[in-house]
This record gives sequence, C-alpha cells and structure tokens, in this order.
Amino acid sequence: MWIYEKKLQYPVRVSTCNPKLAKYLIEQYGGADGELAAALRYLNQRYSIPDKVIGLLTDIGTEELAHLEMIATMVYKLTKDATPEQLKEAGIAPHYVDHDRALFYHNAAGVPFTATYIQAKGDPIADLYEDIAAEEKARATYQWIINMSDDPDLNDGLRFLREREIIHSQRFREAVEILKEERDRKKFF
Amino acid sequence: MKQMPKEYYELLEQLQAVDFALVELTLYLDTHPTDYQAIQQFNQLAQKRKKLKKQYEAAYGPLQQYGNSYSNYPWNWDDTPWPWQV
Amino acid sequence: MFTTRKQYMPYVSPFDPCPPIHVKTYVTAPNLYAGFQPPNLPQFSLHEALKKGTLWKIFYDPYYGPYEVNNKGDGL
Repeated sequence: MWIYEKKLQYPVRVSTCNPKLAKYLIEQYGGADGELAAALRYLNQRYSIPDKVIGLLTDIGTEELAHLEMIATMVYKLTKDATPEQLKEAGIAPHYVDHDRALFYHNAAGVPFTATYIQAKGDPIADLYEDIAAEEKARATYQWIINMSDDPDLNDGLRFLREREIIHSQRFREAVEILKEERDRKKFF
Repeated sequence: MKQMPKEYYELLEQLQAVDFALVELTLYLDTHPTDYQAIQQFNQLAQKRKKLKKQYEAAYGPLQQYGNSYSNYPWNWDDTPWPWQV
Repeated sequence: MFTTRKQYMPYVSPFDPCPPIHVKTYVTAPNLYAGFQPPNLPQFSLHEALKKGTLWKIFYDPYYGPYEVNNKGDGL
C-alpha cells in the first residue's frame, strides 16, 4: 500500500500569476513522458521483472508520484486566482469552458492521457530500455519548458525535476548492468 | 486569515533536505546493496529524520495518517494548509 | 575542456525562410558517462543536495533558459 505524506518533495515556488506557463506545464502532468505516465509505467512493470530490480522500480515509481504533485502544485499556483480574461489571453479558454480551473490529465495540446503511453513488454531489458528512454525524454521536455518560461522561481523547481530524470536514468542503466550479471565479473572486452 | 510563520518554512525545508538525501540513498542502495558506508549514512539520516518529524508534527500537525502519526483533539489531519497551498 | 553541451552545424540552404541558426546544441547529461556508480563519490551537503536535485556532485548538470539573465541559457 501507499502512505501519503503531507509535504512536497521540494519547496515549489511560482513568482507570477501566469496561466500560459500552466498550459505548457500540463505536458508533464498528463503527457506521454509526464510524471503520471512515469509512475504508472514503473509501478506496473514490477510484476514481470526479476526480483533484483523490483525495489528500484517501486522507489522510482513512488518518487514520480511526488513529482506529479509538484507539477500539480505549479499548475495550481499559476492559475489559482487568474481571471477568466487572463485564462482567455493565455489560450486556455477551451480548457476553462470544460474544466474551469480543474486540473485534467492531458498534454499541452489538450490530448487526453491514454494507457498507450505506458509501455510494458514483459521483457526485462526491453522494459528497462523503455524506462531509460522515458527519463531522457522527460529530461528533454523539462528543457523545452524551461526555454519557454520567464519565471525564475518556477524554473528552479523545473531544474530540480530535470535533475531527477538524470538520476533515474542512471539507476535504470545500473539495473540493466545488474540483469546482465556482469557487475562483479572481470571485464574481458 | 491563517498564514504559516517563517519558522514553518524553515523547518519544512530542513525536513525536505534530510528526506531528499534519504530518497537519493534509497535509489543508490537499490543498485548498490553492499555499500556498507552508504547504509551507515542511510541509518544515521533515518534517525535524524525521526527527530525532525517529531519536532515538525508537534508544531504543525501530522505528516502522515492511517496511524503513522498521532492525532490531537479534534482530529487535525485535514487541517490546512495542504502541501500545494503553502 | 569537457562539456555536456555538444554542438553541430546544420546545413543552411539559401532557400531557408527563417534566419538560420548556425550552431545547434544538445545535452549529453553526466549519467551517459558514469557507468556503474562507484562507491564513496563526493556528495553535496544536505541542503545543497535538495537545491540541486542530487546528492552526488558528478551527476549535477543544471539547465538554464534564455530568460534567466545570469545565465546566457542552454537552449537554442
């Protein structure tokens, strides 16, 4: 089971009421390489992978849920007190008429989240390579969002999240090495 | 209007810092299960986090529920602020 | 000097409508070079680690946007 902890992983700050940035950020909420997809992907793969790497998938999957909450917090703060007029200017009138200020699991272009984002081949190497690719794609997405954002406080939180993708990728690469069972053997090549 | 004092943010960040190192060490140990020194560091930090949790909860209420934290009277788990509100 | 920012120069046609960007960059983050992490690598202090998003110095690779004045930005 999971236990909720009433705190964010990182102190998220946002400096301006800027719903346009929320529109970009939602990519990491309900997009293909977003935090929801990541959490569900890793937690779901645990049932068909060698025991040695189940712990890692559990712990990274759980951390992704904490990142999902950070993204939600950013979107919440960017839109909380924005007027309908501001939302319109930011180009999220179509979102507003359907959801008001509610968060919705879709990407920056408004495409709803789908289970097809979460690959599960049942082959340990295929799945771990999928995970490494997912982390690199999420890292890149954070870069593109940082490029679009003029909010230094928001970027501070996004930089944290981007750095986490680097660490997760590292650990998944190590998981591949563990499954190759070459870690403690002398290298001949 | 209820607002959290400066000390709240400071203590919260202390807890976040210790917990973050514990997350990092957890992932590291998942792939390095025989690193004795890292396990020692992990256990020391776990102890430190236990103390910080006690201090935080005494001042600002429960961090977890389902019985992982004690409750005041009346039930204070659902008191504001929630993490995204602060 | 080693950098995690790589560059390439795309072909420029006289018929490209937008003003050409002559040098494009991409990131090769430190995890690509680390291999299996060896024990006892240098760490950041607890507070610094939180701020930087990693406990280990070798993996720290911050990325800044073009609007962040103190940094010329990593993008474009």
